[in-house]
Amino acid sequence: MSRLSRRNFLKLTGSSAAIGTLSLSPVARAQPGSPSSPAGSTTLPYPREVIARLGDVNVNQPIYFNYPDNRSPCVLIRKGREVKGGVGPDRDVVAYSTQCTHMGCPVNYDKEAETFKCPCHYSIFDPDNAGQMVIGHATESLPRILLEYDEAEDTLFAVSVDGLIYGRQANII
Amino acid sequence: MTQFKDRIPLPPADAQKTNMACHFCIVGCGYHVYKWPANQEGGRAADQNALGLDFTRQLPPMQITMTPAMVNRIQNHDGREYNIMILPDKECSVNQGLSSTRGGQMASVMYSEGTPIGERRLKYPLVYSGDDWVETNWERSMALYAGLTQRILDNDGPDQLFFNLFDHGGAGGGFENTWATGKLIFNGMQTKMVRIHNRPAYNSECHASRDMGIGELNNSYEDAEVCDVIFSIGGNSYETQSNWFLAHWEPNLRGANIAKKREWFPAETVGKGKVILVDPRRTPTVAICETVAGKENVLHLAIQPGTDTALFNGLLTYVVDQGWHDQTFIDEHTSGFDEMLAANRMELDESSRITGLDRADIIKAAEWAYRPKASGHAPRTMHAYEKGVIWGNDNYRIQSAIVNLVVATHNVGRRGTGVVRMGGHQEGYTRPPYPGGRPAPYIDKELIKGNGMMLTVWACNAFQTTLNAETYRQVIKRRAAIVNQALAKARGATTDELIDIIYDAVKNQGGLFIVDIDLYRTKFAEYSHLVLPATHPGEMNLTSMNGERRLRLSERFMDPPGIARPDWLIAANMANALKQRYESAGNAAMAERFAGFDWTTDEDAFNDGFRMAHEKEIDSQGGPTGHLATYERLRKAGNNGVQLPIKAYQDGKLIGTEMLYTDNNFDTDDGKAHFQPSPWNGFPEVIERQKERYDFWINNGRTNQIWQSAYHDQHLAFRKGRYPMAPIEIHPQDAEALGIANGDIVEVYNDYGATTAMAYLEPDLKRGQVFMMFGYPNGVQGDVVSEWTDRNHIPYYKGAWANLRRIGTNPAYLRDVSFKRRRYS
Repeated sequence: MSRLSRRNFLKLTGSSAAIGTLSLSPVARAQPGSPSSPAGSTTLPYPREVIARLGDVNVNQPIYFNYPDNRSPCVLIRKGREVKGGVGPDRDVVAYSTQCTHMGCPVNYDKEAETFKCPCHYSIFDPDNAGQMVIGHATESLPRILLEYDEAEDTLFAVSVDGLIYGRQANII
Repeated sequence: MTQFKDRIPLPPADAQKTNMACHFCIVGCGYHVYKWPANQEGGRAADQNALGLDFTRQLPPMQITMTPAMVNRIQNHDGREYNIMILPDKECSVNQGLSSTRGGQMASVMYSEGTPIGERRLKYPLVYSGDDWVETNWERSMALYAGLTQRILDNDGPDQLFFNLFDHGGAGGGFENTWATGKLIFNGMQTKMVRIHNRPAYNSECHASRDMGIGELNNSYEDAEVCDVIFSIGGNSYETQSNWFLAHWEPNLRGANIAKKREWFPAETVGKGKVILVDPRRTPTVAICETVAGKENVLHLAIQPGTDTALFNGLLTYVVDQGWHDQTFIDEHTSGFDEMLAANRMELDESSRITGLDRADIIKAAEWAYRPKASGHAPRTMHAYEKGVIWGNDNYRIQSAIVNLVVATHNVGRRGTGVVRMGGHQEGYTRPPYPGGRPAPYIDKELIKGNGMMLTVWACNAFQTTLNAETYRQVIKRRAAIVNQALAKARGATTDELIDIIYDAVKNQGGLFIVDIDLYRTKFAEYSHLVLPATHPGEMNLTSMNGERRLRLSERFMDPPGIARPDWLIAANMANALKQRYESAGNAAMAERFAGFDWTTDEDAFNDGFRMAHEKEIDSQGGPTGHLATYERLRKAGNNGVQLPIKAYQDGKLIGTEMLYTDNNFDTDDGKAHFQPSPWNGFPEVIERQKERYDFWINNGRTNQIWQSAYHDQHLAFRKGRYPMAPIEIHPQDAEALGIANGDIVEVYNDYGATTAMAYLEPDLKRGQVFMMFGYPNGVQGDVVSEWTDRNHIPYYKGAWANLRRIGTNPAYLRDVSFKRRRYS
């Protein structure tokens, strides 16, 4: 994705910030206004959603999806080598929110540098290292979308988020 | 810190809201502090929270920065708990709603029980018993401090009382605290044996510019928005003055300000801004400038280290030979031009040979920055310099060479120009005149020679931030140990008996009694004998000014940890204890020197110093109109404050000064800007020897995520996790030749000392040059820096050459640290 002006960001993000393909999931999403946590739980009620079949995921080719709802754009990347937090038989698949934790601009995946780059304030994040900020002006790593791999179905599921998604009080709205 | 990583509490609509200028870099971004009882939360609907934002929906980009690092839970002394949230202020002209990675973590560094910061903040005075630390109280601490000070003053004179002293604004400073310490030390004790912040003497980093009549902070951040050319010399502003770059440089380089330029300068040719960056290293700022402005609008002059004077003298000569200087301005408002030009003249070929720059690039720089525009007007070029100059090869000479060129081309006092230091920390200087001469004594050398009986280290840490640092630490530790041995024998001693014992150790045995006043038990404090807990902004009301002289009041919103006290109060406690002792001794004259500290509030200290420069002999950045600023007026002025000097208070508003020298009346006796001869003089002999003996130039400086000595950052996972050791950037081929890979721990060594760093391979580095983060707790670059200084005792931190060798790896660092490239392209 080419660099976007700030004005274009605002145009992009009226009712939906979705970028790329929508989730494949048939699972019901949390609805706006629903309680953040059911009683007796200290974790938010994240949905379990199908993201992709691992066999369909090519190395270093990002797959875009939304999670935990359709206003939260994310990206999944298969690195082709074991990386921190990676899932799958080779522990090489990771996923992140694509909203920069600084001010929410959509980060771009640079295939050559193998980093996420924010075009607004030039922050860089490392998908191989739990979204660690390489340089920039965020105060948080890029939120990780926690994945599970179902070997029998060769399927990747998103199950939770590690880190606060930009522009939210809580990840489940 | 919040308990959960995926949600944060919102401030309710009625949450307390106060102003806070960022604690950290010179830019001083404006923030708001929200505070509310911990058992309450604002709702997601826009009318249910103090931010007025609708969190029932996903917010679009650029609406806010609000992260878990921006909230915390604090405890008042009365036991009540509160949530705090510290967010950037959209209405502040400095940052316009932007937060940097440093300022964005302010809530995280506020004291909270049970957090790493909370665990490590000093809460009570500590005294060393000879082999262990024991808690004590203020009364005993002050009795010991004042008693020993009095003994030394009376018997040995003020020159045996040494200080390592802050001079800041922002955290660890402020006009209140600089005044109180200055009044105590310069008026009361009358010692000149003081070093300042990160250098070994009491000096300015901008003596040259000031001597020429030009204070170093003479424009506004807005001038970077409207200039034709930004001429950056030895700076890396994306990382170290981040929101100056992002809010003011970047729009100009992007071409977003052309309409504004047309409005400001209707008769002139205007266009997208260009930038010239003088730096041996291709910094992250260079890379971003190329991305933003296009390579055709960026000129990176990758100069040979230490040759800036030859560059600016070459440019000056070429510009004058082309007739691009402003002869009318020179004739009417300056002196010494012909003498300076004769001394500094250097032909382009010579300049090119010394600097290693292509002749064509030097000409291109001259054409961009000084050749008249199509409209016939001189370009408006803003010159901004920082540590590459300040810590370069002869600070005074380089700065003179730069300012000579600036004045000759009249790039000062016109909007869109200015010759400014970019700055490190904020400013907040108000003190009585320094009692020593110039050059001020080289304090480190005096200590190493065995002079000084008592050293007070106040809000700075020379163990990490001085030159020839290894030798310095060794001597301090050895001399402190002499006192420790004496203290260990002093079981059951009264305070007066303890003073006798310590005095004998420092007078007769070569010992040094050390007092450290800080937020944390720093590396220096570990070798002290008395440690006093201080506060920072938020725990006291504190005024500072930023790099465009913008004065703001950061308001107190919480209690300090334990019984920590503001520096002004600690200074007042010391003065009052000394006054009482002298009164008891019947010495009225000495008692009088410590009078005038009967303050009870932060504002009392502000009123006694900053606001009295029209009546007392005070060196103050507020000048004689400082009295127009009151806490009430500053509170009302909010995060936009007022730019010093204040012109007036009219219609309920403080009126400030956007740019200095618009009337061409400079800060000299005759009002003219004074040119200064500054011919190229090569390298100091000691540096020449280092260059010959060692393989690598040890360039050094900052990264954006770490502030100063990492006094907070070393306790925060987001920061320390990124840099568990000081990174050292090295070219991959140099690394390969030494068997060094990313993440390897390397030793950096020469005949001054040795330190360690973590290798970070970066192809943009030149061969034979590495870049190491400065002043880190577990890797002190100053260990390999020579004792050489310029005429005013300003260090040449950049003048280090050393060898590298691989030590090994730490698997945890390899696992947890990213080694991806830091250049955005």
